[in-house]
Amino acid sequence: MRLFDRRIPVLETGAAWLLALLWLSPLLYAFWAAFHPAALATHFDPLSPLTLANFEKAWTYAPFARHFVNTVILVTMILAAQLVLCTLAGFAFARFDFAGRDIAFGLVLVQLMIMPEVLIVENYGTMARLGLVDTILGIGLPYMASAFGIFLLRQTFKTIPRELEDAARVEGCSMLGVLWRVYVPLARPTYLAYALVSVSYHWNNFLWPLVITNSVNTRPLTVGLAIFGAPESGVDWAVISAGTIMAVAPLLVAFLLFQRQFMQSFMQAGIK
Amino acid sequence: MRPSRFVGLANYAALGGDPIFWQVLKNNFWFAIGTIPSSIALAMLMALWVNDRLPARALVRMSYFTPTILPMIAVANLWLYFYTPQIGLLDKFAALFGFASHNWLGEPQTVMGCLVAMTIWKEAGFFMIFYLAALQSLPPELEEAAKIEGASRWYYFWRVTFPLLMPTTLFVLVNATINSFKLVDHLFILTKGGPDNASNLLLYYIYQVAFSFFDTAYAATLTMVLLLLLATLAIVQFQLIEKRVHYR
Repeated sequence: MRLFDRRIPVLETGAAWLLALLWLSPLLYAFWAAFHPAALATHFDPLSPLTLANFEKAWTYAPFARHFVNTVILVTMILAAQLVLCTLAGFAFARFDFAGRDIAFGLVLVQLMIMPEVLIVENYGTMARLGLVDTILGIGLPYMASAFGIFLLRQTFKTIPRELEDAARVEGCSMLGVLWRVYVPLARPTYLAYALVSVSYHWNNFLWPLVITNSVNTRPLTVGLAIFGAPESGVDWAVISAGTIMAVAPLLVAFLLFQRQFMQSFMQAGIK
Repeated sequence: MRPSRFVGLANYAALGGDPIFWQVLKNNFWFAIGTIPSSIALAMLMALWVNDRLPARALVRMSYFTPTILPMIAVANLWLYFYTPQIGLLDKFAALFGFASHNWLGEPQTVMGCLVAMTIWKEAGFFMIFYLAALQSLPPELEEAAKIEGASRWYYFWRVTFPLLMPTTLFVLVNATINSFKLVDHLFILTKGGPDNASNLLLYYIYQVAFSFFDTAYAATLTMVLLLLLATLAIVQFQLIEKRVHYR
């Protein structure tokens, strides 16, 4: 059956592998540097001794424990608020007829086009008036009524057959009961995809947290890492590598375990 | 906060006389030209490879996609070491071929190229997954028919695959353009917009004006320019999505 053979030429296979190696090399190199003594970081001798000293140093140079806690609180808080708000709003847009619905939904679409990052100056002013500068709530607040989440859940809820809802209503289920027992369980894959994207996005987000925080007690990992990794901090590269790896490790491990789910979720988020 | 005072279009008039604003727009333009076509071409190539029966395909696909899930700050930390003069890997590599050491991020001529290379690395794998999905939705009969006709892979790609991927390419193109205005985190680590604003981008300039020079009014004016650019892109994107429906 040579006709359906889709194997690619050897040369191209080599090129594909080479590109893959090239793509992985910055990360591989960071691993190498992080686990070797600083003096040996640029000598690629496979026999050079392994060490965890760089991780210990990084951990003591910067308040990583605090940054980790802040990031976890931030990511959890945002996701929890998003799930509640977007579910309710998405359900209302999908299944209710109310005055001004189309205008309200139009406003959601406008927010979908303009990412909150662009509005750092204006959002900072708002947070200052609310007295939320340098609080974790202040970092999370602009993202909680996520237009993307509302849009995504509205689309998902719309695909759920109305007969299921009607059946539940006949059985005496309230409207909120219908949402909780019919719509939410059927939208599970959408929730999972959305949660993955939201968590990765906010774990990695930098510009807004940098602007709105100014103390160790609120700074998330990315901001801590930026202060720590800046050239003027004078920390040597092996230690910066160790810090960088610590900061990306949770997400990286999750990605390695659930690759397919990650790729599908990111794609769904891109297409909208 | 001081009480506000109506100044008419004074802030917008200031735009015209601000050489950094024009420089930043020009930089953004070159950043877009540098990153978009090459990351799209690479993404397509990656998707074609990973879609074929490549040995260790899952591993290769993972390698391509990994940069997508790393924060830009971490990426900049990793790449800083490539570009550091003398001790950096790039200089060490160049030294093997007898080239002199070069301050890659410190020279206006090379700094943008460095940022572009890093951004391509970061983005290509993300765009790949859209092409991969598109390739997997192409009917296999097309390829069988082409094989029976004796078409070469090259011919098949240019005459069949590439045109059929066009909607995806347009979609990725718009997203890549939006990203070229959005991605600035790496500047905080690598260059701070320097040397002499040679690598400054619009959003980073907004940050500088607002939070280093404390000129909120002018920062708001710059934000309006950025919003205008993004709104235009959003309209283009919307029309593309409408078009995509016709393809189905």
